[in-house]
Amino acid sequence: MGVEGIGARVARKEDKRFLTGKGRYTDDMVVPGMKYAAFVRSPHAHAKIKRIDASAAEKMPGVIAVLNGQQMLDDGIGNLICGWMIHSKDGSPMKMGAWRPLAHETVRYVGDAVAVVVADSVGEARDAAEQVVVDYEELPAVTDAATALTAGQPQLHPEAAGNLIYDWAIGTSEAETDAAIAAAAHVTEMTILNNRLAPNPMEPRAALGVYDSAEDHYTCYTTSQNPHVARLVMSAFYNVAPENKLRVIAPDVGGGFGSKIFIYPEEIVCLWASKRAGVPVKWTSDRTEAFLTDAHGRDHRSTVKMAFDKDNRITALKVDTIANFGAYMSLFSSSVPTYLYATLLSGQYAIPAIHANVRAVYTNTTPVDAYRGAGRPEATYLLERTIETAARELGVSPAELRRKNFIRSFPYQTPVIMNYDAGNYEASLEASMKQADWAGFPARKAEAEKRGKKRGIGMSCYIEACGIAPSAAVGSLGAGVGLWESAEVRVNAVGTIEVLTGSHSHGQGHETTFAQLVADRFGVPIDSVSVVHGDTDKVQMGMGTYGSRSGAVGMSAIVKALDKVEAKAKKIAAHLMEADESDIVIENGEAKVAGTDKTVPWFQVALSAYTAHNLPGGMEPGLKEGAFYDPTNFTFPAGCYICEVEIDQETGKTDIIQFVAADDFGNIINPMIVEGQVHGGIAQGIGQALLEGVHYDAQSGQLLTASYMDYAMPRADDLPSFQVSHQNTPCPGNPLGIKGCGEAGAIGSPPALINAITDAIGNNDLSMPATPQKVWAAIHAAH
Amino acid sequence: MYATNYHRASSVADAVRLKGTGEETKYVSGGMTLIPTMKQRLAAPSDLVDLRHVAEMKGITVSGGTVRIGAATTHAEVASSAEIKAACPALSHLASLIGDPHVRHMGTVGGSVANNDPAADYPSAMLALGAMIVTDRRRIAADDFFTGLFETALNEDEIIVAVEFAAPEKAGYSKFPNPASRYAMTGVFVAKSASGVRVGVTGAGSDGVFRHSGMEQALAGNFSPDALSGVTTDPADMLSDLHGSAEYRANLVNVMARRAVAAAT
Ligand SMILES: Cc1cc2nc3c(=O)[nH]c(=O)nc-3n(C[C@H](O)[C@H](O)[C@H](O)COP(=O)(O)OP(=O)(O)OC[C@H]3O[C@@H](n4cnc5c(N)ncnc54)[C@H](O)[C@@H]3O)c2cc1C
Repeated sequence: MGVEGIGARVARKEDKRFLTGKGRYTDDMVVPGMKYAAFVRSPHAHAKIKRIDASAAEKMPGVIAVLNGQQMLDDGIGNLICGWMIHSKDGSPMKMGAWRPLAHETVRYVGDAVAVVVADSVGEARDAAEQVVVDYEELPAVTDAATALTAGQPQLHPEAAGNLIYDWAIGTSEAETDAAIAAAAHVTEMTILNNRLAPNPMEPRAALGVYDSAEDHYTCYTTSQNPHVARLVMSAFYNVAPENKLRVIAPDVGGGFGSKIFIYPEEIVCLWASKRAGVPVKWTSDRTEAFLTDAHGRDHRSTVKMAFDKDNRITALKVDTIANFGAYMSLFSSSVPTYLYATLLSGQYAIPAIHANVRAVYTNTTPVDAYRGAGRPEATYLLERTIETAARELGVSPAELRRKNFIRSFPYQTPVIMNYDAGNYEASLEASMKQADWAGFPARKAEAEKRGKKRGIGMSCYIEACGIAPSAAVGSLGAGVGLWESAEVRVNAVGTIEVLTGSHSHGQGHETTFAQLVADRFGVPIDSVSVVHGDTDKVQMGMGTYGSRSGAVGMSAIVKALDKVEAKAKKIAAHLMEADESDIVIENGEAKVAGTDKTVPWFQVALSAYTAHNLPGGMEPGLKEGAFYDPTNFTFPAGCYICEVEIDQETGKTDIIQFVAADDFGNIINPMIVEGQVHGGIAQGIGQALLEGVHYDAQSGQLLTASYMDYAMPRADDLPSFQVSHQNTPCPGNPLGIKGCGEAGAIGSPPALINAITDAIGNNDLSMPATPQKVWAAIHAAH
Repeated sequence: MYATNYHRASSVADAVRLKGTGEETKYVSGGMTLIPTMKQRLAAPSDLVDLRHVAEMKGITVSGGTVRIGAATTHAEVASSAEIKAACPALSHLASLIGDPHVRHMGTVGGSVANNDPAADYPSAMLALGAMIVTDRRRIAADDFFTGLFETALNEDEIIVAVEFAAPEKAGYSKFPNPASRYAMTGVFVAKSASGVRVGVTGAGSDGVFRHSGMEQALAGNFSPDALSGVTTDPADMLSDLHGSAEYRANLVNVMARRAVAAAT
């Protein structure tokens, strides 16, 4: 490892511009003649639109156009779609209701867009939007998914009878699983709620649509995690424009956490309105619009049975989950509570029989889709709360119960599709218990007791599936896209290098880690390597960043391209030095003939490729190679998290005393960035477990948590100093041995925290977020 | 935010005069409540009259046991004032708990008191300290000033110029912040002086800030946390929302009161 190569703690190259306020985000983009959009949104959770009267709004100062959904329909703009087909147990396809970018018949959640105003300024657009009179006929609303499934409830979409999108199952047969449960020595049963979250990236969503009538061409600047997918979907399904007439640029993007994977109405409307109104149209969400319309995360209600034999070995697991999808099926919503969730229900444990049933349900709420972890936090929370509870019921140590059930030989085929390639769960368990001084806990608890505090400790052993995923595999499971990644490595004429990647960085630090990879390969300084991403005109087709895939999949594509560049460079160097190609090594910025003092500097190799004065016979000029990498399997990061808390019994307030994370991420390119990802993930997980929760009024469907006055985000002083470590087993499935680290923190932490709090208060009946009021009530209920 | 006209008042009289002009004119002080409300398009004043540069409304003086804080004094100034730390450290402590540094450097005592947000911190101190709210035309006792949620005895164009109170023998403030907003879910200010003990409670009451007479009586004879163990707070009088039920808030009132007494100096 060099000082800037693989494994080095290189400071992030991109931070200079971010920290000095010089990042260039979508809202910073200015094009000549640009105007501003404001959306007219439904104030009702469910209503029929009887009439839209824009006459007053059209007369307002600065107004250029007021456009509606009927016009969009007339122009042939398609429905928003969900791109992952799930079939119900009975073989029928999922029931997808129509989602119009601008509703013209029915609104189905508070915030549903019904019209757009384009005006000279944001203020004028908003003033005019308030003057658009929409005549609604209010309908009853339902916000809770379990309720929405019952008889007599409001029906959202004619396509989905009883609001049921699909009723899907996976794993061992139900009969076999039931039989194993019936034969068990002990069964732990629980109802597990996974709270609904608002993603809250620091940068709100934004879009700038620019129509060029001379070329009949569109440019869309937007806050996207995957600009090529955005272009594909907008072209192929929404009929905005053919791909060659649509350029999508995702410039600096300030966080996404999944919410910026999906294609939303606003970017389509900005593009379409730009043509209709004849001006470039920009929209930037405000924070309340973000709470209302950014796809939410999680919102599961599950029941679980975990069965044990007399030796405390798990014999079966049965899970029944109701997943709230909100008013419409967002782009990848269907995959989250199925293939990203139920396939992980084996956790780190050898469980011979697993049966999971998942029902996806429409409600009059914001659409729900992938949010950091996507399905895997739900699986981990369910399993780790259940096994912890089982340990308490069985009167055994939670660590011992886990240890006894760990999978120990690999590869391991679970009953729920996944085939784990490698892992050492014991190593992370041991490391975290040692770090947390697990053995010393009783003494600390006794000492806290003297101060009148209730102290508790909890653990969570998570596994996740990252790097999604082999295209053929996801295709067979219903995905509408492949999940490979692309890269191009361009060596310039004097040796600087550009990496064009289909991955997209919105906080992950790709400009640094990807450059480290190249620096490592050729021994060139990372400052001579630039990473280009986020522009469909510059970069070849790519799939973008989510599911912790940029390392395992995106960097593997770069490795493949580097292999090709290296091979050609060696041929050139061998030719220049009149040596055998197999004797050439490239390191420290030069090509050498091994065992001699013959060298050619790297820039000379590059220059030779481009002058082409003296290349090996038949060789094409240039030094530029592309590659596509399709993974062979998911990757399986895993780890053990331990959390220790103290509870103020009088107020129910939780103080996190220590938080230990021991992760197995495979090989690591930049430990500092990986630790940052873990810290951020744990902060989000603690946010979910302790503070965050989206709430709707059950009757009216109004969003009660539409600002930071009511939606509690974690602040620095809510968090302890994290203790993180790694026990890495290299991933056998990709050339770098990388597993992925972007989501682990958010996956592993919530159950550790809730296990600790319930341990402290002696009452297991506690749901997330464990607010002071809930913890206080649980303490009182226990006594 | 809707378009609005900005005026900077040079004196209290100038401010009152400016308030009479414009279609719907409002005073603005730190703007930490009013501006966010305007940004959310929940308020649309045609004109704003800025009070922060009026000399008569600024500054802290302590003389002969009387503390006077100009209405345009920021929370940060109160939190760091040596005079207030000497005369009533509990009030500096209270100011230090408001919002974040940005808010404390902009928000003002006058704005907070005039706004009477049921979860704001200052009103509890004003009640407990038996403060006088000094306006451009009269002096209003705190007991008469806070009349309900976001309601005060102020007339439409009346300006708070300062707040005044006698330095207490002892006072303490304990706040349980709302986990989201960090305003007071419950804040209790206790003050002991020659004339007795007063207890102001904010964040919890369904009618806004209130004095807790049961606690005042209990503490009059015995100013110690234990004196409060028998005192109850009726959940029927408490606010109930997403963040805290009435029962929870009733509990917090007692817990925060005990902690305020314990902390009183
Ligand atoms: C993020 C955030 C966190 C906060 N946290 C807290 C908290 O923890 N605790 C807390 O108590 N507060 C909190 N606040 C509110 C803050 O303290 C405000 O500063 C205060 O409530 C209002 O004071 P202001 O000077 O900003 O008034 P402004 O917003 O300028 O005005 C508020 C109202 O009072 C009127 N007004 C202002 N001055 C006068 C005057 N002298 N005479 C008559 N009328 C007047 C205005 O016309 C307006 O109606 C928070 C605010 C924010 C933005």
